[in-house]
Parts: sequence; structure tokens; C-alpha cells
Amino acid sequence: MSKFFSSRKRLSRLCLLLGGLLAGSYAQAQETFPVNGVADNREGCYAFVKATIVKSAGTVLNNATLVIRNGRIVSIGNGPVPKDAVVIDCEGKYIYPSFVDLYSDYGTPAVKKAAGGYRSEVQFLSATKGAYGWNQAIRSEVNASAVFTTDGTSAEALRNAGFGTVLSHQQDGIARGTGVLVTLADQRDNKALIKEKASAHYSFDKGSSTQNYPSSLMGSIALLRQTYLDAQWYQSHPAKEGTNLTLQAWNDNRALPQIFEVQDKWDVLRADKIGDEFGVQYIIKAGGNEYQRIPEMIATKASFILPLNFPQPIDVEDPNDARFVALSEMKHWELAPTEAAAFEKANIPFCFTASGLKDIKQLLAAVRKSIEYGLSEQKALDALTLSPARIIKADDQVGSLEPGKLANFLVTSGTIFNENTVLFQNWVQGKKYVVKDEGWKDVRGTYTLTVNPGNTKYTLLLKGTAATPALSLLQQDTLAGAVTINGQLVKLAFPLKKGGAQLRLSGVAGTTEWTGTGVDTSGKWVKWSAVFSAAYTQKDTAKPKTAPQIGNIYFPFNGYGWESLPKQQDLLIKNATVWTNEQEGKLENTDVLVRNGKIAQIGKNLPAGNARVIDGTGKHLTAGIIDEHSHIAISRGVNEGTQSVTSEVRIADVVNPDDVNIYRQLSGGVTASHLLHGSANTIGGQSQLIKLRWGADAEELKFAGADPFIKFALGENVKQSNWGDRQRERFPQTRMGVEQVLTDAFTRARDYEKAGADKRRDLELDALVEILNSKRFITCHSYVQSEINMLMHVADTFHFHVNTFTHILEGYKVADKMKQHGAGAGTFADWWAYKMEVQDAIPYNATIMQRVGVTVAINSDDAEMARRLNQEAAKSIKYGNMTEEEALKLVTLNPAKLLHVDTHVGSIKAGKDADLVLWSDNPLSIYAKADKTLVDGIVYFDREKDLELRQRISAERNRLVLKMLGEKKKGTPTQKAATTLEEMYHCEDLQGGHQQRLTDGNNEL
Amino acid sequence: MKRIILTYITALSCTAAFAQETIYPAPPQGKTIYLINATIHVGNGQVLENGALTFSNGKITAVGNNLPAPAADGIIMDLKGNHVYPGVISPLTTLGLTEVEAVRATNDFTEVGEINPSIHSLVAYNTDSKVINTLRSNGILLAQVTPEGGMIPGTSSVVQLDAWNWEDAAYKKDGAIHFYMPSLLPPPSIPGRSFTVTKDRAEEFAEETGKVRSFLSEAKAYLQEEKHTAVNLKFEAVRKLFTKEQKLFIHCNLVKEMLVAVDFAKEFGIDVVIAGGADSWIIADVLKQNNIAVVLTQPHSLPVTPDDDVDQPYKTATQLQQAGVLFCLSNEGFWQQRNLPFEAGTASTYGLTKEQALTAVTLNTARILGIDKSTGSLETGKDANIVISTGDLLDMRSSAVVHAFIQGREINLDNKHKQLYERYKYKYGLK
Repeated sequence: MSKFFSSRKRLSRLCLLLGGLLAGSYAQAQETFPVNGVADNREGCYAFVKATIVKSAGTVLNNATLVIRNGRIVSIGNGPVPKDAVVIDCEGKYIYPSFVDLYSDYGTPAVKKAAGGYRSEVQFLSATKGAYGWNQAIRSEVNASAVFTTDGTSAEALRNAGFGTVLSHQQDGIARGTGVLVTLADQRDNKALIKEKASAHYSFDKGSSTQNYPSSLMGSIALLRQTYLDAQWYQSHPAKEGTNLTLQAWNDNRALPQIFEVQDKWDVLRADKIGDEFGVQYIIKAGGNEYQRIPEMIATKASFILPLNFPQPIDVEDPNDARFVALSEMKHWELAPTEAAAFEKANIPFCFTASGLKDIKQLLAAVRKSIEYGLSEQKALDALTLSPARIIKADDQVGSLEPGKLANFLVTSGTIFNENTVLFQNWVQGKKYVVKDEGWKDVRGTYTLTVNPGNTKYTLLLKGTAATPALSLLQQDTLAGAVTINGQLVKLAFPLKKGGAQLRLSGVAGTTEWTGTGVDTSGKWVKWSAVFSAAYTQKDTAKPKTAPQIGNIYFPFNGYGWESLPKQQDLLIKNATVWTNEQEGKLENTDVLVRNGKIAQIGKNLPAGNARVIDGTGKHLTAGIIDEHSHIAISRGVNEGTQSVTSEVRIADVVNPDDVNIYRQLSGGVTASHLLHGSANTIGGQSQLIKLRWGADAEELKFAGADPFIKFALGENVKQSNWGDRQRERFPQTRMGVEQVLTDAFTRARDYEKAGADKRRDLELDALVEILNSKRFITCHSYVQSEINMLMHVADTFHFHVNTFTHILEGYKVADKMKQHGAGAGTFADWWAYKMEVQDAIPYNATIMQRVGVTVAINSDDAEMARRLNQEAAKSIKYGNMTEEEALKLVTLNPAKLLHVDTHVGSIKAGKDADLVLWSDNPLSIYAKADKTLVDGIVYFDREKDLELRQRISAERNRLVLKMLGEKKKGTPTQKAATTLEEMYHCEDLQGGHQQRLTDGNNEL
Repeated sequence: MKRIILTYITALSCTAAFAQETIYPAPPQGKTIYLINATIHVGNGQVLENGALTFSNGKITAVGNNLPAPAADGIIMDLKGNHVYPGVISPLTTLGLTEVEAVRATNDFTEVGEINPSIHSLVAYNTDSKVINTLRSNGILLAQVTPEGGMIPGTSSVVQLDAWNWEDAAYKKDGAIHFYMPSLLPPPSIPGRSFTVTKDRAEEFAEETGKVRSFLSEAKAYLQEEKHTAVNLKFEAVRKLFTKEQKLFIHCNLVKEMLVAVDFAKEFGIDVVIAGGADSWIIADVLKQNNIAVVLTQPHSLPVTPDDDVDQPYKTATQLQQAGVLFCLSNEGFWQQRNLPFEAGTASTYGLTKEQALTAVTLNTARILGIDKSTGSLETGKDANIVISTGDLLDMRSSAVVHAFIQGREINLDNKHKQLYERYKYKYGLK
């Protein structure tokens, strides 16, 4: 219905426009600006005749005429040429609609980036003056139209690249206000501006905001979600809020096309998820690696703005530097140009942007590269013209050549994507902008030159390109000369014999013949004329391009990724020592049958049926290791510690399925990880339990149906004890204050819960209410006995339970109280002495708590140690004589209990998930290796397959290195080899994670 | 014989009642001690089943399967079912130079300045650190106490871990000078994030290492002349480097860094040891050819790059062993040293034999630190630095140190952790 409606609307608007044009209304010609001098009104009527006109991708008119007047298209086709039109002969030339770019900051003031994280100045509220919102990164009130002014230099560069119209906005902040649609005409701002509010813009990047919050990606997401809620609430004009121009603008902007800028494929899904929650379909400005997850991109139903800034080949000449470039980076270099083709194939609407291109002159080269990598030419043209116009509903004005639309078009020497095609002119709003004049008139061909006195005849051939012809004298030996044509003026010079003196001529290239004077080889003045005799016929020397050879996409996009995602299959693990973690204990020579991802049967000599048999002879089978405290697979910040209470942020929003640590931990027998917010503040963010389904996307990694948790923290980190002397402002700075933060938060939550239905929904308090109602559970970072005791008191006061104390290195001192309260413990095996609050940490902690009756897990908080959690568990045998079976439970069944998933995982029992590890030796021995690690019955790590992957990595790296070396040799500009960093976090990491190994070896928690 | 063993058991249980402050350093060895019926891991690769070992006046006097009968006044320890090891040596640690990492007042390992060779770690070594006893009870009996910070943070000394003060503790004074080489890791990139790189890494590297180069060149020249109007303590401090009585430990990890380190050895005619060596497996043959030893830091690490074999750090030791490089294993930090035997255990899981792995934390370490004449293995004439465990020392599943001797003195294996364990077992009535 809407389609019908909009096309009708468009039709009626078109009629109006035409009516106006024909009538030549006087009112239309009036303007407020005074004239200094004599009025010079021109209608600018031009007729471009004999042209090949590409109205839009796929609609081509040959030998057609384009008529424009007053900056708009009047007609296209074979109609009559108006008498007052200036006729331009376009024989042999092509006319295309000028390009449209939706992601531009043209004509807006430059943005100063600011950090505003942890160690910078403390700033709790926005520094923007005026009746605006509380967060400096929400800038909905900014209108690009209000700050826009034409910029001749940038406009010229954009026009020269083929653009006629851009959607410009200030690329600053998480909500960036509205975008303005402007042409690149070099005229008054008033005329260039064609749509005042054409779009609203968003991103995850806080830009110039100096405010501390948000410091993480999950904080940005929470801020966006909360602002949607606040804006909804603001519609009722709550008295207490007063006037909030930011929320007002936010609401006003909702009607516009909503454009969201992201960094990568996972961000696309993050943005789309926010959109789904609040009924918004974002248009996505992509990051460039979306081709790696096409099915997920299709599912967003979004339109995309694709960048063309493909990575340059990496300079890999120095093998010792190249070593630090990950295969994923090399593959991305190779595959990035396939992005548009992949989108076309998947039928995802998209357009191109020049944003991000280092040199905008490379625009068409980049599009050609996309074409070389599989994009159709038609789609490529559409992505530069009509598609962007449609995406922001400006196709009534620009994007194709139709009567009534703006006269924005390109005149070229040939088809737009041909490498040899010259872009001569870019007309914007009916005004000509010359991009390149040379070759407009193709003078190439054979000429008869007559030189007087003597009436000597020569035959000259002008070949080369139309823009820069080359001259040769045709006689027995063809002799090369030189020709320069500058507008009408022409210079010729050539020798009469090889190595001989030159005949030098100059003159005017007239309409019918060239004439002039010159000097002959003896120095005498001569007169000359040259007459065109035959056109130049160019031989087609272009080699047909062969499709480039490219490697496969891996899932995840990492050296150890799959080429196709693994499928479940039934398995029979035969004759292993099975550590059941159940009453049966350890069973020797036992088989375990896995069917449909579940443990089907445990017994001796089970029939295999259709199941694949895995020989477990001499090996040990255990339940998969569950890491109760992990920070792997998290993107762009593990802490949103800029406020003491940030229960609104969610790790679930920032899960990173590409993290190689998922694979590394599978190699250590880990099958599930509880991804926690850091410990920088008292009430941190919501956590996410994942299964290590290597290759799955973020949603598929999540442990479905698991109870939700949240991270709390106490002690030195939350009171900023070790953050340096500048960090002394945030409340709390003592353990006394921590208690008040908690009491205050839960008091507010209780009041909030009781408040009426018209209350402002508060994501922070929502999460706390869930805790009060035992619908969300706490994992609390804690060390010393006083604070452990304190939190249990707070919990008792508010009638909820602290589910798990994590780290809890003094848990042994209050184990009896913990048992009484019903709290469990996730602890380190033997860490201590790294800070004041771990002075009394002892390696017997786990044993004592366990013996007192607390459910105890050993966890990692460290991507390396997580690979050896079985060994960390075994330390409880050494420290405190725990039995081997109990020790194994510290990293399997007990964390499953703490996470409320022990009915699904944690032991080997019929009906439970087949999350299993086959060990080469007793799993508590340092000499044991995980041979196979299964999640849901799928073998995600197999030591033998791992050897194959290593070879594949080596071969693929080598192939790409050779290819990049080849590029460098060809003269392709390269980028320096840069170390591919892995994002890695511990509890205390405030901003970026970092590569542990070579920079900083200490784990300070 | 039974009586004597009983004495030992009594002595052990007594120690449990001591407070941390009353864990006394042991008096010199009195009677000759005879260890019999033990599995003796010599440290040089040899294992003696049902072996015997005798030590007297702090020195090992005999090791073998058929030793002469014990003298009547000696102490016999029947160690049936037990394992005897040389004391484990921690080659690089800030032990005794820090007590609580996050508390500045307790940190004594970093001094101001880039080139500080005259700094001696030994004089700040705190024998009363509560951390030390938690290492001994895991079999670590010696440690090279090493300063950090700047490019040349100073000189390290080897200490034995049972002493009243640093003078008593000194086992080998000022044996090594340390040079922390700047990194040649290419400036990083995280997709979607930009880093500002101020300087070209190679240029910066050349400039920084150049400072150390010219320091060493000038020191070498200075030391040719005996008389000076002004004494330069920094130059004086490196005198023994050029006489090879001291080694230069160059801390570096990447191939090109290590090649520069190798070149330092040639350029200045000094003994160089590579400390770190994460990527040493790539140039193991070069290191072997140049007789460069490696202190391999922390097998329990993540691979250097995302494409590296997931178990690369675990197996690097094996690759060095196969290439014939002299190497030992180390662990970062101070309290972490108690896990050093397990770093060796992991190296064994990924290729070394168990005895090679043991050598990598005992005899090889002693060789690299220049103390192998007196310790590192259970051989006649060496100090009686001995650890006795009921199970495999390299595996946490079975490691249980029941006796340890430093220079023949049986040391107290109690520590703060055991005491807190007892305190709370008492609270909860646990046995």
C-alpha cells in the first residue's frame, strides 16, 4: 500500500514542478538577497544532444537529448530542443546521474575527539551548556543544516569524484542529530541545501564528549536504550524534568530515516537489536567486514551504506614484522572488495559511500575493484545513484535522470566504470563544473599537414588518448613527435629523420582546420595548415579480466575458524575412564553414547548404531570445564565503571565470537564461560553465560535459558584504591561508602518498583528489581571478610541472596556465614600478594570452604589460566587434600550449580548436554591434555584436526604473503605491517584490553 | 632407625604451632644425614631408583645405589616411596624486593633512571618477606633476585631462601646485570581502532639500544685505564662483564631483538643470556651456534600471535632442548614462583622428559646463573640443597614437599598459609 501511495505522491509533486517550470512563474524567480549591480537572471537552459543517456542503472537512451532549465531536468529523450537552449553536442559521450553519498560530513565543522575515560578528569555530567540532556554524547539537538556552509575545496574534490549530492552530518557522538541533504554546487548555502532534516544519525562512539560515561561499548548501548525510554517518557512533559531540548529533538527526529554508523559486522547486529527493541529500522553505515556474516546481515532487514576503503596490501617484506599480522587481517585484505558483491548476491539493499577513502580520487577505482570481485556494473551504478537516494527517500530529487529532478549529472567520455573513461563535467543544479577539459573534443586521427613555402605535405597521426594525444609522423620510418593542445591553442614538433632537427609549429586548432606559423629545421619561418582526414581507430588492447582467486571465509573469521560450520552427529566414546560427577563416581572401561547433542546412555559395550565411534581407551572422559569468571570474547571494554552503579549495561550486548581465546580454551577443555563485567564499580553490569560453540555468532553462543546474572564488586577496585591520586572523587572511597552505595541502590530500586505505571522506565533499577525478586543473581567480586559479611547483611535486609562471591580469597574466614546465607564461592587456587586485600589469601581457601559446606568453584579471570583450570582445581589436592573427584567438581559441576545450569551440564548423566572432554591422562594431572572437547555433541576441538589447522594457517598465510609481495612489486601502495592485537581483559582493565604476553605480564585483580 | 624417623615427624608437627615470626632459619647441619630407599632425581637427567644420598657439613658426600653403611651417629631417613630432588632455583624474580605489589611502600625493585648498573638488588632483599616461606614449601630453595625498570635496572644476586639477613642469604653476589631491551613489536592495530604511533619502532629501538651500546663502549674504554680523576660508578659496576665474571641478561622476546642480543655478545666480548625468549623457538639453531643461553619466561602463557599454535608457549622448551640450547624455565613475579615446578611439568607434558623438565628448573638454571659448581644437581661435592616430596614435584596432583635442606640445614617448611589454614581448621573444628 505504501508503495502505491508514495509513488502517487511523487507523481503529483512532479506535476507541480513541471507546471511551475512551464509557467515560468515570476514568484519563483524572486529572492530576498539584494543584487549589487545589474540583475543578471539566467534560466540556464541547455540541451545536451546526441548523448548516450543513462537515466538510471539499466535504463539507457542512445542518441538522446537532455534538456535542463533553472537547475532542473526538463526532458530526456528525442523531444524538440527549446529555442533558448544552448546546445551541447555530446556525440560519443555518456550522461549519468551524479553520485549521491549518504555518509558525509561535508560543510560541517571539524570534530575534536576527546577521550573522557577513566584516568582523565572526572566529569559526571554533560559539559554542553543549555537546556539539553545529561549526557554529552547524546546530541540529538544538533542539526547539520544549522551548521552547514559550503566548502569550495571539499566540494570540488567530491564533484571531481562524481558526486552531486551528499547527506551531511556532524559525525560526533552517540546520537548525532540530523543530517542535511545538500548539493555540491558552488553557490549560496541557501541554494545548496535541498533538504533541511533528511536523516537522524547514531553511532556507538562518544566522539568529542568529555564526560566519563559511557566508557565502553556496552555503556554506549545502554545509553541509547535508556534514551529511547527517556524520550518516550518525556512525551508526557514531566514537570520535574523541565525542558529537555535533547529529548525533544530525539522525539522529533524519530520520523526521519535513521542512520547508524558501526565499526564492524557484530556492531551491525548490536545496532539492529536496539532498533528491534524500539521499533526502529536503522540504515547501517557498515564497517567493511560484513561479508563475513552475510546470513546475519540479511536477517537485520536493513539497508546498508558500504564503505569502499578497502585495506591496502600489507607490507610483509620483513618476515619478522609480518609474523605479527594475523591471518584474519591478511584475509580481510583479500576479501574486503567482495563485500558489495556478497550483498548483491544476498539481495541486501545497499549504496556506497566515499567516507573513509584516503584519497577520494580512488572512488571509481574502488568501485571497479568491487566489480572485479563480482559486483555487477548495473548494481554498482545503482549503489552510487538511485539506491542512496531511495534509502533516504530523496529519489524525488536526485539519484536518476528524470524530468523535475535536480540537474545533477555527469558527462563522460565512455561508460562510467571503464578504466579509460574520462569524467569531463559534473553538472550540479544545472551548473557546469569542468572536471577535465582535455579530450572533450577528440582530435585523434590522421591529418594532412601542409607547410609553406614549398607546399610540403606530411601525414601526421594523433593517437594515444583523447585527453593526451600523442603525435607521430607517418613516412618510411614512423617518427615520434610531440603535440600539446591547450583549449584552442596547439603546438606541434617532430623531426624529419631519426635524431634529426625538429620542425616546430604552433597555432590555433580551428573548427575546420588547424593553422599557424613555425620554424623549419634551418631556422626559417614557415606557415602551416593541417586538415583532418581520417578518425583514429583504437585497437582494443584491454585484456579480459579474470576473476581474482580468493580464499574461503572462515567461521569465525580467524585462523582456527571453520570453512563450514560443524553439524551435530551421534557419537560413541568407547572404553574410557568416565568421571561422572554423579553417585556412580569414576567408571572404568565405560562407553558414553551421545545422541542429538545430549548424553544418551552410559554403560559398558554399548552398540554404536549409526554413531561415530571415538576410542577412549586409556583416556579419561569428564564433563566440560565451566569457567565461572571469565572476560574472554568481549568487545571494546569490560568495565563501565564511570559510575558506581551501572546495572543497565550488559555483557550480552558485546559478546565477540571472533576471539581466538574461545578456541584456545576449548583446547584446555573449557565448554562454557561466564562472561563478567569488570570490578571497577560496586554494581557493575549484567553478565552472560556462553557455551564455546566456536564459529557461532553472539546469539548462538549464549547459553539458552540460563538464569541471568550480574556482577557486583567490593573493596579496593570499587573504592579506586590503586587508581592513582587523581581518582578520589567518585563515591565510594571506603568500604563504609560501598555499603551505602548498595543500600541506596536497593532502596531506590524498591521505591521504583512500588511507583506507578507512569514511571520513567529505568534500566539500571530494572536490573536491581530483578535481583530483589530473585530473577537475577549476583556474582560479587570480593576479598576480605568484612565486606563479604557486609554484602550478606545488605542482602538479608532486602530479602535476597548473594548467589556467588567471586575471588573471595578470605572466604575461608567466613565460610560458616556464607553457608548459612546460602552463598557459593568462585575462587582462585593460589593467587595472593598482588594487593593489600589479598594479604591473607591462602591456597587452602577452596578446601576449607568446601569442607564447611559451601559450593566452591575455581575460576580463571584470565584467558591463559582458563586453559589449565583442571590444574588449578588439582591444586586443592595439594593444598588441603581434597579428593580427586571433588577437585574435578570445582571446575565442572560446582560452577554449573553456581550458575543454576547443573540440570543441563556439569556431570556425565543421561539427558544432560554432551559438553564433554576426552583427556589423554588423569584430568587432574599436569600431564593431561584435552584431546577432544565437545559442546552439544559437536567436537569443537580435536587435537588431530588442530594439527591440520596449523598447516592450513601456514599455507594460507604463505599464499597471502606472496600475493601481497606481488602487489608491492607492482607498485600498489601498501600499509605498514601492524601487530594484530587481541582484545583481552581482566577484571580491573578500565579501557582497552591488551596483549598480555609482550607488554605486561602482571595480572592485577 | 625408626626412632630417628619418629623424631622427624614430631619436629614437623611442632612447627605447625609456630607463628610466622618464629619460623627460624635453621642452624648449620650437625650430624651426617643418610637418605635411603628414595627415588633420587639427580637433576642431570639421571634417576636412581632405591637410591641413597649422604650429606655432611652441608655438602653432598655420596650419591648412588650401593653406598657404604651409614655411620652410627648419623641420621638415617628411610624415604621409601618418596622422591628426592635438587632444590628448585628461581632464575628471575622480585622476591624480597616487594611484599604487596599494589602498595608502593613495599616495592623496592625499580629505581629512577635508564642505566643503573651500580644498583645492587641484594641490599634491598628482605629475608623476612612472608612470601619466601610459601616458596620453600613448594621446593624452591634459591632465587636470583632481580631489579626491574629502565633499560639497565641493576645487578642481581642469587640468594638462598633460609637466612636471617641478606648477607646470610647471599649465594652468589652480583652475578648478572640486566638489560631490558626495547620492543620491536610492530605498532599495533585493532580493527576499527586507530593508534597514534609517534615514532618509528625501528628508529626508537636503534636510539634506545644505542644508548646502552655507547654506555658499554665507553665503560670498556674507561676500564682500560686504571687512573681516573673522577670515578664513574656506573662504569666500575660493569667491570666484571668484560672479564666474564658477570653475565649480561638481555630481556627480550622477539627474533630481531634476540639477534641484536646475540650481537651484543660478539660486539663486547661478554657472556649474554636471553631472558624472556618467547620466540626463541624460531631461532633455536642460531642461539645454539652462538652458545647463547635462554631463560624462558613462563611457559604458562598465551601464544604470542593469534595464529601461533595454541600450545606454542608450552612446547618452546622442547624445541630449545631439541636444538641443544642451554635453557632454564622461569616464572614472572614473586609469589608466583611457587608454581615454577609446574611450569616445568607443563613443559614435560608438551615434549620434555620429566627429568629434562626437572633439569630446566635446577641444573640448567644453576649453569646459567653460574652456580652449577655448588648446586643444581644432587652430585658429590655440591651443596646439599635438597627437596623431598612424597609425589612428583612437577605435578600439583601429587607434589607434597615434606623435607627440604639448604646447605644441609633442614629448613622449616611452615608458612603463613599453612598457619592460617590451621587457624581456620581450628575455628571450624576440621581435622
